[in-house]
Amino acid sequence: MIDIQERLRQIGPLDGAPDDDLLVCRCEEITKGEIRRAIHQGMFTIEELRRYLRCGMGLCQGQTCGRLVRNIVAAELGVSPTEITSATARAPMRPIEMAVLADDGGAAHG
Amino acid sequence: MKTERYDMIVIGAGPAGLSAAIEAARQGVRPIVFDENARPGGQLFKQIHKFFGSKEHRAKVRGLKIGEELLAEAEEYGVEVVLDAAVIGLYPEKEITVKIDDTVRHYKGDTILVATGAAENMVHFKGWTLPGVIGAGAAQTMMNLHHIQPGKRIFMLGSGNVGLVVGFQLLQAGCEVVGLADAAPRVGGYGVHAAKIARCGVPFYLSHTVIEAVGTEYVTGVTIGQVGPDMRVIPGTEKYFDADTICLAVGLSPMSQLLKQAGCAMEDTKGGPVPLCAAAGKTSIPGIYAAGDVSGIEEASSAMIKGRMSGAAIAAYLGYTDEKVQEERIFELGQQLGTLRQGMFSPENRGKLITKTDEGIGVSMHLLEHGSVADDEIARYPGVTRQAGIHPVIECTQNIPCNPCQDACPKGCIRIGERITSLPAVDAAKECVGCGMCVASCSGQAIFLIQEDVDPGVGEVTIPYEFLPLPRAGDTGTALGRDGRPVCTAKVAKVRSSPAFDHTNLLTLKVPNDMLMKVRFYQTQKGGMGL
Repeated sequence: MIDIQERLRQIGPLDGAPDDDLLVCRCEEITKGEIRRAIHQGMFTIEELRRYLRCGMGLCQGQTCGRLVRNIVAAELGVSPTEITSATARAPMRPIEMAVLADDGGAAHG
Repeated sequence: MKTERYDMIVIGAGPAGLSAAIEAARQGVRPIVFDENARPGGQLFKQIHKFFGSKEHRAKVRGLKIGEELLAEAEEYGVEVVLDAAVIGLYPEKEITVKIDDTVRHYKGDTILVATGAAENMVHFKGWTLPGVIGAGAAQTMMNLHHIQPGKRIFMLGSGNVGLVVGFQLLQAGCEVVGLADAAPRVGGYGVHAAKIARCGVPFYLSHTVIEAVGTEYVTGVTIGQVGPDMRVIPGTEKYFDADTICLAVGLSPMSQLLKQAGCAMEDTKGGPVPLCAAAGKTSIPGIYAAGDVSGIEEASSAMIKGRMSGAAIAAYLGYTDEKVQEERIFELGQQLGTLRQGMFSPENRGKLITKTDEGIGVSMHLLEHGSVADDEIARYPGVTRQAGIHPVIECTQNIPCNPCQDACPKGCIRIGERITSLPAVDAAKECVGCGMCVASCSGQAIFLIQEDVDPGVGEVTIPYEFLPLPRAGDTGTALGRDGRPVCTAKVAKVRSSPAFDHTNLLTLKVPNDMLMKVRFYQTQKGGMGL
């Protein structure tokens, strides 16, 4: 269990960056500044950020921004991107309408 | 709930998945392959260039042709391919859910091979969400599958093989490539790929990155800047280009989510999570395998071999072959894969600066920093000789696993030897007849024919040419040097095309003798590449 307050003290206060208004997650329109702010509020994992901001929760399911978000978290925490656990993978892996998901048709195809 | 059962389920009908299915089907397995796309083949059908390697890797055959052969082979062995079928879940019990039409279907496999490939990386800079900023893969899809130009004036970011190859294809499609940048200090891809676009006049900006995509509604320009060792832009180094498209070729990340969902042991790498695999792509869950880019980014040729290895392992796992047959086959395939992983661009050399070839010859720094070998560097390579009659000049200056030129020459003028990564050497004792087979066989378009004094003081240089419309004998145009700068006026003496050349045309140019070692490309009078 990490001490969030201690970690926040370690990474220091949030300073404004000139590119904070840059869109990172296009599907859900989340900016770099919003992601950085959330990290400084104690959201250190991709999972938390996804639930809190919805970055990576849109149509592409983080296919485009997943890596970018991970790099931002790593930079803020001052660690290597490989130390940031990637998002949990769960079905459905592709965007799918609820009506289709509900129509469970068993095995035969074509 | 109804569940259909199969020996082997393959997810992804790209080079790895199809190869695995074919290999297993040859042993009697009845595999089923799902792919979310409308067409099989993965990225192969976008690859209109000739592949590298040796004969067994289908070297000098174009990617799309390899794709066609793979599909024919799949059909021959009765591999069932289901298209427009997106696998949306993979469970540890080796059950998958697939979206087909408007229904979710269930399948259970005794084995499952995940061959889902990779997705393109993005980088973010000011304006990166503007229409006109696209991935290199998207550019290839537009050009090579749908025959649409992605734009008129393109700026390319990324000097790996993808950026270089797609950059050349953009030129072939008639686009102007206004520049190519990479934050790295040196060209990342094969030097021969870089040289192909440098000689067309594309300027290289190494240690540069995109600062901004300029435009309000869509891209109208791009600002780049030089980066220091800390990867930050050095103020005052900004450069602006008019452009309508910014093409990003900044790497690929494995699409490994299904494996992660299934609970396979994963490793977090720079490119994202990849499955921890034992031999032949065996994951931590018995019966689940991974092959191709999903288990680590490589070339399509490697993906096909890795797929075959998994297919062979699966056939044995299911009891269709015995251990011994499997081991022999996997050993044989492993050797083929090992060959492709040799040389300067081997996985262990990634990111390293190599200053000397295996032969002890200095690597061209001009090539690494500007995309072309400098005139005063070229003579030191063993493929470059000066002879009285017609002879090949091979500007192959890096140790890469490729050797079709050696077999192409009917007279034995070209020697690579046992080691596939050795630089090709020209044997002056053998008589070149100027057939041009070597020129057309070189996937890197790095072989030229040179003959001095065809007329008094005037010689001929023959270059590979893959642009349309073809110039005609008698045309006059501008001869360009390796760096794409005009060198002199050139008269087209001959244009040769042949089925044996496989769409690489041979353009023979008449230029003064002292220009023969400088001229490497031809531009028709005004109007870009002659397009």
